[in-house]
Amino acid sequence: MALLQIAEPGQSAAPHQHKLAAGIDLGTTNSLVATVRSGEAKTLFNKAGQDMVPSVVRYTADNVIVGHAAAADAVLDPHNTIVSVKRLMGRGFAEINADAEHIPYELVDQSGLVAINTIQGIKNPVEVSAEILATLADTASQTLGGELTGVVITVPAYFDDSQRQATKDAAKLAGLNVLRLLNEPTAAALAYGLDSGQEGVVAVYDLGGGTFDISILRLKRGVFEVLATGGDSALGGDDFDHALVSWLQQQTGQSTLTHSELRQYLVTARQIKENLSATEQLDFVLPLADGEFKGQISRSDFDALIQPLVRKTIRACKQVLRDAGLDTEEIQQVVMVGGSTRVPLVRSAVAEFFAAEPLTSIDPDKVVAIGAAIQANVLVGNKSDHDTLLLDVIPLSLGLETMGGLVEKIIPRNTVIPVARAQEFTTFKDGQTAMAIHVLQGERELVDACRSLARFNLTNIPAMAAGGAHIRVTFQVDADGLLSVTAQEKSTGVSASIQVKPSYGLSDDQVATMIQSSMLYAKQDMQLRLLKEQQVEAERVLEAVTAALNADAELLTAEEKLSVEQALAELATVKQGDNTAAIKAAIEHTNHITDEFAARRMDISIRKALQGHKVDEV
Amino acid sequence: MNYFQLFHLPAQFELDLTELGTRYLELQRQFHPDKHAAGSERDKLMAVQQAANINDAYHSLKQPLLRAEHLLALRGLKISNEQRSFMEPAFLMQQMELRELLAEISDAADPDALIDEADQQIQQQKKALLRQLQSALDANNPEHDHQAADIIRKLKFFFKLQHELELIEQTQD
Repeated sequence: MALLQIAEPGQSAAPHQHKLAAGIDLGTTNSLVATVRSGEAKTLFNKAGQDMVPSVVRYTADNVIVGHAAAADAVLDPHNTIVSVKRLMGRGFAEINADAEHIPYELVDQSGLVAINTIQGIKNPVEVSAEILATLADTASQTLGGELTGVVITVPAYFDDSQRQATKDAAKLAGLNVLRLLNEPTAAALAYGLDSGQEGVVAVYDLGGGTFDISILRLKRGVFEVLATGGDSALGGDDFDHALVSWLQQQTGQSTLTHSELRQYLVTARQIKENLSATEQLDFVLPLADGEFKGQISRSDFDALIQPLVRKTIRACKQVLRDAGLDTEEIQQVVMVGGSTRVPLVRSAVAEFFAAEPLTSIDPDKVVAIGAAIQANVLVGNKSDHDTLLLDVIPLSLGLETMGGLVEKIIPRNTVIPVARAQEFTTFKDGQTAMAIHVLQGERELVDACRSLARFNLTNIPAMAAGGAHIRVTFQVDADGLLSVTAQEKSTGVSASIQVKPSYGLSDDQVATMIQSSMLYAKQDMQLRLLKEQQVEAERVLEAVTAALNADAELLTAEEKLSVEQALAELATVKQGDNTAAIKAAIEHTNHITDEFAARRMDISIRKALQGHKVDEV
Repeated sequence: MNYFQLFHLPAQFELDLTELGTRYLELQRQFHPDKHAAGSERDKLMAVQQAANINDAYHSLKQPLLRAEHLLALRGLKISNEQRSFMEPAFLMQQMELRELLAEISDAADPDALIDEADQQIQQQKKALLRQLQSALDANNPEHDHQAADIIRKLKFFFKLQHELELIEQTQD
């Protein structure tokens, strides 16, 4: 009699079992979480019955409040209530401080990075975002009745490497397994494309609270191919509010505002903006410290205020069309994403530029989360009716600093990711064993006009005569749009070691320290978490190699097969125990033993993938 | 890596771009990291590298200049990035004239007319050179391969001019 295998609850899931996955839209103003249930992607509601959670975090002396309750306290406690933290992600203190007049809390310099001084001490944007992510994940696991296997988090397509890395760090801090960082416009196109079976070229115009993206995609038989993307990672509906605040200040004659007053002005500005989407003329009341201010504003007044900002977005649309090599007539549909696309002037300007009526059938506030949920469901390995393929691009060129403060581009913007490009360097002096490489992101030719991403120090270069060492440095951008760098000296094959110093990011050690000291993990044993991570990875390796053996054992000699099986048996045994280091070592051993096998299978599968064609070529 | 082999296409300059596109998508459907997101760390890393290779191969075959360079590299002829110091005087003269034309655009009374004229000249030369490149590569012998390399060097000048013209055009509106 065969024994039935029964997994312990929450332990290893059988391959066919539905895994819990969620898509998270971590927005500037609001955040949402969605999932696919019974084949349909839907946003999830928290206990209070809301699916749209304000991206607001309030720190009190002994607590952290996220969402509506925190937003309600914004005027009361501006210094400890962090709004629009997304605008601070991956940014330097000096970059942000330039327009700090609109930020109603106290920014501090955390070794070059921007951070916020709160009652609980200094909090950086990664920590604040982690609180929002943890809250959303909590909603998801409570609604779905289990721990999430993985999440897809959306980011503006125009986010650079530091901003993406900061988002991923926040997820790590919140204890989430990130399946993919997905570009917001791509997520929206996915939600629309699958919904309507749309084919052809579409533009996605995404104007959120703090970011603007414009992407051009070609949709064809389940393939979502981003042709070009552009935008501004510091332009959004918030700027409409700020324009209104300045206008209100003119009306009241209050040229300087306290943090609390600024917060009140912002609240009123947002109400005015929202109301003017539905009405042409508005009477409003602005509460002041001593009484109130009554005023009137028309939609055309408002339009005049935001006209320069809207024009800026249309200029970006022009550029992205040029990059895609298309004319406006070739755009069949325009998908509108983000709450700010409710503003009538935005809609009419976009409709006029693309000469097409914008699509708004899916709620522009929810479409990104829905697209992310669809992709999360696919990535986690759940069966899906759709065989989709997303081909995304890198939004900004990657380059290196060369002599004279110039930037040499190595990966131009709109290159399809993942991408790897190698560049060769040589030594300048006899016996030189180290080298510094400065990586930048941006389109301009001067180092100062681009964004510094990181400085890499190559060491352990074998000592040779000047110009003798040839160091091949490979820059790889993965499907999340994140850069990694490897280096090798060509003649000796020696790998040079690399120390990365991110210009606007946290090092791996800093993230690890944050995780350990985080309140989020106060209750959870850190060691247990690390053990569990290794056990999950061991399970993945076991599954993958066993499946490979079942499919392609004939690629191995009897001897090789035996050593693979031994490695698997050992890994399976070690996995049962609680020795994290031993599990890690067994995984590495198994990987080492099966490297050659994996490479052979890769070659075979490339040939198989094109087999249909081979026949008609012969 | 032989990019033609990767896509199971004949190693020649003339290429069916639609077919290339179809095969590219077939490979990406299998190797894109999204298809391996639930896999082990090693599998994920391999998928990223493989997908990057496929993207690179596609990019190189899609563009005629890169395709020709790849074809020559497969035949053992590597074109160095440095310009060869020697170029035919007639060619250099023609380049200078075109550069002068480009320089005149910004001050011209009717810039659009000059842009059109420059564009037409560049396209014409490019087309002629691409035809020559095709027959040199089709001959498939060392002597013609060297000729092909020279044509590629010339074409690079024209692609650069075209790019500069596009930049000038953008500043016009």
